[in-house]
Amino acid sequence: MKNIFDRWTRRRLKNFVMLGLTVVATAIALVPLFSILIYVAVRGLQALNWDFFTQLPKPVGEPGGGMANAIVGTLTLVVLGSLVSLPVGMLTGIYLAEFGRGKLAWLVRFICDVLTGIPSIIIGIFVYTLVVVPMHRFSALAGGLALGILMVPVIARVTEDMLRMVPKSLREASLSLGATQARTTVSIVLRSASGGIITGIMLTLSRAAGETAPLLFTALNNRYWHSGLDQPIASLPVYIYTYAISPYPDWQGQAWGAALVLVIIILVTSIIARLASRKKYFGWN
Amino acid sequence: MDIEANKITAVIGPSGCGKSTFIRCLNRLHEVMPGARAAGEVWLGDIQIYDRGVDPAVIRRRVGMVFQRPNPLPTMSIFDNVAIGVRLKGLEPGESLKEIVKESLRQAGLLEEVAGRLHQPGAWLSGGQQQRLCLARALAVKPEVLLLDEPCSALDPASTLRIESLLRDLSREYTIVIVTHNMQQAARVSDNTAFLYEGELVEYAPTSELFTNPRSRRTEDYITGRFS
Amino acid sequence: MAYRSRSEHRPWGEQLFGGLTLAAALAILVLAVLLGYILADAAQPAMHKFGWRFLVTSRWDPVHEVFGALPVIYGTIVSSFLALLLALPLSLGIAIYLAELAPLWLRVPLSFLVELLAAIPSVVYGLWGLFVLVPWVRDSVEPFLARYLGFLPFFRGPFYGVGMLAAGFILAIMILPTISSISREVLLAVPNSQREALLALGATRWETIRLAVLPYGRQGILGAVILGLGRALGETMAVTMVIGNRAEISVSLFAFGQTMASLIVNEFSEAFSAIHTAVLLEVGLILFLITLTLNILARLLVWRVAKGMEGASGQ
Repeated sequence: MKNIFDRWTRRRLKNFVMLGLTVVATAIALVPLFSILIYVAVRGLQALNWDFFTQLPKPVGEPGGGMANAIVGTLTLVVLGSLVSLPVGMLTGIYLAEFGRGKLAWLVRFICDVLTGIPSIIIGIFVYTLVVVPMHRFSALAGGLALGILMVPVIARVTEDMLRMVPKSLREASLSLGATQARTTVSIVLRSASGGIITGIMLTLSRAAGETAPLLFTALNNRYWHSGLDQPIASLPVYIYTYAISPYPDWQGQAWGAALVLVIIILVTSIIARLASRKKYFGWN
Repeated sequence: MDIEANKITAVIGPSGCGKSTFIRCLNRLHEVMPGARAAGEVWLGDIQIYDRGVDPAVIRRRVGMVFQRPNPLPTMSIFDNVAIGVRLKGLEPGESLKEIVKESLRQAGLLEEVAGRLHQPGAWLSGGQQQRLCLARALAVKPEVLLLDEPCSALDPASTLRIESLLRDLSREYTIVIVTHNMQQAARVSDNTAFLYEGELVEYAPTSELFTNPRSRRTEDYITGRFS
Repeated sequence: MAYRSRSEHRPWGEQLFGGLTLAAALAILVLAVLLGYILADAAQPAMHKFGWRFLVTSRWDPVHEVFGALPVIYGTIVSSFLALLLALPLSLGIAIYLAELAPLWLRVPLSFLVELLAAIPSVVYGLWGLFVLVPWVRDSVEPFLARYLGFLPFFRGPFYGVGMLAAGFILAIMILPTISSISREVLLAVPNSQREALLALGATRWETIRLAVLPYGRQGILGAVILGLGRALGETMAVTMVIGNRAEISVSLFAFGQTMASLIVNEFSEAFSAIHTAVLLEVGLILFLITLTLNILARLLVWRVAKGMEGASGQ
C-alpha cells in the first residue's frame, strides 16, 4: 500500500512539474515579443520627428533627414502588388469556393498552400530573372510584381475560407429567386463575406509591406523620389536593412524609426482584424 | 439515492434529462468540461468524493467508466490499450501485467477473439469488439464501481446482447451503474432502476417494481411510451 | 460547397464569370510551374559547368569562378536544426498550455500575442537581433556556454555574438509561432472522448496529454514541425543580419556561418560574372526544391489529420 502511495505522489509531482513547464514555455515565448516591441518603441520614438515623414534621406555625415520617399515607396509597392494579387487571388478564391471541384480544385488549393511556404527570396530572384533582366533595370513594377506574387496564394485561400462560411441557405434563397449563380456569388455571397475578406486582405497587405528579401533584387532602393514606375524605388524594409548594417549611428537610429513605423502599421491592422473576427478565436467546443 | 453494491442499477429517462451528466458526477468526470459545476454530495464507501482534498484521479481509479462511443486509443495495440491503466497505477507485488490483461480481456469476453493478435492496433477491431476492449481497459485497474454511459447505443443488436450478458456476470464482482435510453435493456439487465426527468430524480425502485407498478404518474407515462 | 444552377441555357455573363475565376485559378498553376522552370533554366549554366560536385565541395571563390555549395548547405541545415531544437519543446509547451490548460479568458489574448510574433517583419527581427540579441549572446550566452560546456567542440572559440548560435536563436523565435499555432489547432481537434478514456482510468492531466492527446495528434504536430523547418530553411533577412556571413564549415556554433538565403542576399546584386549569377540562382533553385518538398509533405500531413478528424466522431 505504501508503495502505491509513493507512486501516486510521484505521478502527481510529475503532473505538476510538466504542467508548470508549459506555463514557463508560454512565458518564455513572450519575452522576445515584448523585448522587440519595447526596443522598437523606445529607440524608434527617439528617431521619429516631423522631418522623418517629410524629408529625403541625407547623405552620410549630415544629420537629420527623413524617409518620406521610403514611406511613399512602400505604399506604392503595396498598391502595385494589390493590382496583381487582388483580382487573381480573389477570383481564384471564388473559383475554389463556388465553382471548382474535383482534382483541379484540389490541386489549385494545394498549390496555394504550398506556395505560401516558399521563401520570399525565391520569389525575388524569380522576378529578377523574369522581369529585371529583360528590362535591364530594377523597377517599382518588378518590386510590385514580387509582392503581388507573394500575396496571391494567401488572398485566394482567405477569400475561399470566408466564402465557405456563408451559409448555404443564403445561396439557395438567392438562386430560388431566379438569380443566376454569378449574380448570387457577386451580390449575395461576396457581400456577406466581405467583412472577413477585407480583414484577411488587410492582414496580407500589412505583411507584404514588411517584406524585404524580394525587393532587394527587384525594386532595389532609391535615395530620391522615384521618377517613374520603371525606375528603382525606395521602401521602408530595404532602408531598415541597409541602415541597420551600416556603421553610422545616425543611420542605425533611423532604422529603428522606420521599424517603428512598419510595426505600427502591422500591429494596428492585426489588432483591428482580430477584433473584427473575434468570435472565431474562442477555445474549444 | 443509494446505489447497491454488486447490483446493476439502471438510469433511464428521455434524451437530455441529465442521465449522462448524472453518471459523470459519480466519478467527477463532469468537471473537466469547461463551465461545468457540481453541487451536492456523492459518497463512495465512507468518502465524500467532492470533499476538498479528495483528488478526482483517485476517485476515477476506483470508479471505472465505459463511454457511449468506443474510444480505444488509436495509436496503441490491443494489449497496450488494456494495460495502460495498470501501467499508470503500478503493479502490486506478485501481479503480472500479462495476466491482468488476459484476465480483463477474458472478463470482457474478448480474449478468444483477439488471442494471438494482441499487438495489433485496437482501432482495427469492430465496433462491438472495440467497446468490449474499452470495458476490459476499465476492468484492468480493478475498480469497485463501473459506470456505463449508454454503452450499446453505437452497437448492433448482437453486440448489445453480448455486452448485456457480460454485465450480468460482472455484477457479481462489481457495482454497476448503466445509463440507457432503452427501457427494454434496463428491464433486462438491472436490479434497480432510477427514472430521471428534466434533471430530477422522479422514481428509484427495484426494476421489477418500477416497470410493473410505477408509483409516479410521469414514470408510468414514460414507460408506457406516452412521451419519450 | 460547389454549386451550379441547373438551367441548361446559361446566360453568357454567367459563363464569362465562371471562366474568369477558372482562368485565375489556372494562372496560379502556371505561376507555380513557371517558378520552377525559370529558376531551373537560369541555373542551367552553373549546373552544366559544375555538376554534382557543386553540392559536395567547399571552395567559394567568385574571382576565380570556383564554387562549392557545401558550406552554405551546412550552414542552412545547422542553423535550422538548432532553431528546431530550441523551438520545438517551447512550441509544444505553448500549444499544450493554450489548448488544454489555460483558463478560457486567457486563451484568446495569449494566442493573439503568440501569433503577433509571426506578424513582425523579418527585417525588424534582424534589427533587434543585431542590436539586442547579438550583444546578449556575446556577453552572456557564449561565455556561459564556454565555461560550463566548453569541453564540447560546439562551444569553443572567440565570442563574436554574431554567428551560427545567434542565427539559431533568432530562427527559433521566428518559427515558434508557426509550430505552436498549428500544433494548438491540432490538439484542439483531438476529440474529448480520447481525453476521457485516460481521465476515467485515474490518469493525471499530464498523463492524459502525453498518452492520449499527443499521440492522437502526432501526425499533425509532425506537419507543424516540418512547416516550421521549411520556414527556418528559407528565412532570409534576420539570419543575414546576425549570422556573420562567412561560408565556412566550423563545428563551433560560435563561428560565423552562411545560409543559402543569406548567401543570395549578400552576393546576388554584386555578382562578378554571369556564371556567378547562375550559381546563385542554382542555390536558389536548391532552396526552392527543398522547401517545396517539405511544404508538400507538411501540407499532406496536416490536411490528412484535419480530414481524419472530421471523419472521427466525438462530441
